[in-house]
Amino acid sequence: MSSVLVFLEIKNREGANAEVSRISWEAMAAGHALAESVGLPVDLALVAAPGNPIFEHLHGKRPRKVYAIDDPLLHAYTADGYAAACDQLIEHVNPSHVVFPHTYQVRDFAPALATRFGQVLISDVTGIEGGPEPVFVRQLLQGKLNATYRHTGTGPCFLSVQAGAFRADAAQSEETTLEPFLPKLEAAQIRVQPGEPFRASAQTVDLGSAQILVSVGRGIKEEANIAIVQELATALGAELAASRPICDAGWLPMERQVGSSGQTVAPKVYMAIGISGAIQHLVGMKGSQCIVAINKDENAPIFEVADYGIVGDLFEIVPALTAAVRKAKG
Amino acid sequence: MKIIVAIKQVPERDARIRIDSAGKWIDLNDVEFTMNESDAYALEEALQLKEAHGGEVVVLSAGPERVGKTIREALAKGADRAIHIASEAEDELAGYDALGVAQLLAASIKGEQADLGQVDLILTGLQSDDLGLGQTGVILAELLGLPHATLILKIEKTEAGIKVLRELEDGWFQHLELPTPAVLTIQSGNSKLRYATLMGIKKAKLKEVRSVTVSNLKAESQETKFTAPVVILEHVKLPTKQRTTQILGGTPAEAAAKLVEKLQFEVRAL
Repeated sequence: MSSVLVFLEIKNREGANAEVSRISWEAMAAGHALAESVGLPVDLALVAAPGNPIFEHLHGKRPRKVYAIDDPLLHAYTADGYAAACDQLIEHVNPSHVVFPHTYQVRDFAPALATRFGQVLISDVTGIEGGPEPVFVRQLLQGKLNATYRHTGTGPCFLSVQAGAFRADAAQSEETTLEPFLPKLEAAQIRVQPGEPFRASAQTVDLGSAQILVSVGRGIKEEANIAIVQELATALGAELAASRPICDAGWLPMERQVGSSGQTVAPKVYMAIGISGAIQHLVGMKGSQCIVAINKDENAPIFEVADYGIVGDLFEIVPALTAAVRKAKG
Repeated sequence: MKIIVAIKQVPERDARIRIDSAGKWIDLNDVEFTMNESDAYALEEALQLKEAHGGEVVVLSAGPERVGKTIREALAKGADRAIHIASEAEDELAGYDALGVAQLLAASIKGEQADLGQVDLILTGLQSDDLGLGQTGVILAELLGLPHATLILKIEKTEAGIKVLRELEDGWFQHLELPTPAVLTIQSGNSKLRYATLMGIKKAKLKEVRSVTVSNLKAESQETKFTAPVVILEHVKLPTKQRTTQILGGTPAEAAAKLVEKLQFEVRAL
């Protein structure tokens, strides 16, 4: 086996601000840690033409090689195209481990890719316990339990890493080798016709620039009750945000949603009200400087990331908090 | 349209978490079970497609006897019949990895096709609320040689197959067109879930549930290859805290006052 192979993902592929996503650099850091423990070099792979300026901006410790996977059939993402191309590169490189960022795109094709090798993707990994036979930690039951997984198969071990679980390494300046990889693909292999990505509506709220976010979840029970959280947000001079179920129910617009399917935020204060803290929500806010959780369940996963917690009935605590904030602000 | 919906029974969201004596899962005594949330949305999509275009909805679920309750719930909501891949012991399927479980599902779908003709769509939730692997649907598509799409919010029938709405990250979406048969994994939240009616619950008791044991399914399925697990869950433990949480106690007013003081003088955010 020749290396630990890390697949990077490009964000805004069509636009002028195309860049390798931050979670990809985190996957690369995880790949380097893994490579060190098994004593192999790291190779990178990226779907992009070798002349793409993106290759001039590689972060972190240098890989041995960078593969530029290029074919006109890969210009628009399809699971069929990516699985076929990655399959051929893995056959070519023969890696011990294949590391992905745990993104929606990876979730779409990597399980099928692993199946082709008779393997199973160890998905959404939050930790790697190194050694010659590394084990992988991932979360179960919406983050209430951690599990350790071991790969016992004889082929390559596939894993994807959770956003924010590994710290991306600082950029280094040594040279690396860029190698074009031209897979053999045929149009008939692509069974799905992808349309252009689009945004449902123009963003009018920028959660990313708010100093304080007051975020509301399932615990609020009814749409009418959101008013008490809005009052607290107003008193604090904060923006109102929400977890997915609130936006799904149409109680707040999608653009206020924090989490893997919404926005990733890192304000000075993030106040989670009636949010249990499922992984999908935590990945969107755990980088906040100070996290406050108000929840009736003292075992809710949100308390694992919270700096301050109040356990109790939010319908009593939130109005009390609004009053206390108003009093403090005079 | 003939639609198969793969559903999983999972512990309730607020189930008490105590690790079992083997250290590999939670103690299931006193745990209530429910239909996995995104699978419930997959079932809802299937029922709506059937209402619009006619056809049949077949529910498929693997697990011990307790899974029968979730299957009956799906039938009560309007599914026509069900296949139960019955494991004999509570922990029989716990040793299977995602590929192993998908092989069982694939074998029973192939059997269904051989006996009763073409399936147009196979739907399932995008991930389970217990293991959260988010892969079963995609692996199933690969094993069956079918095209797939994940994180689907809407399905429309077209002349050539289907057009679906897929959720991307950061508030982006995309339409995809796929030929049928195809496998789709459904994202939660796009439609309102129906409740079972009293009439539905009554009718469900008479609907067909074909039960096949895991061992019989494996013995009968010539076409599907069953492989040993390549990924093993070694042990589980309660998560260690990533930050030290200061729990602020007292009455709501006292706790609120303490929090405001922290925000003012320690976090300096007010």
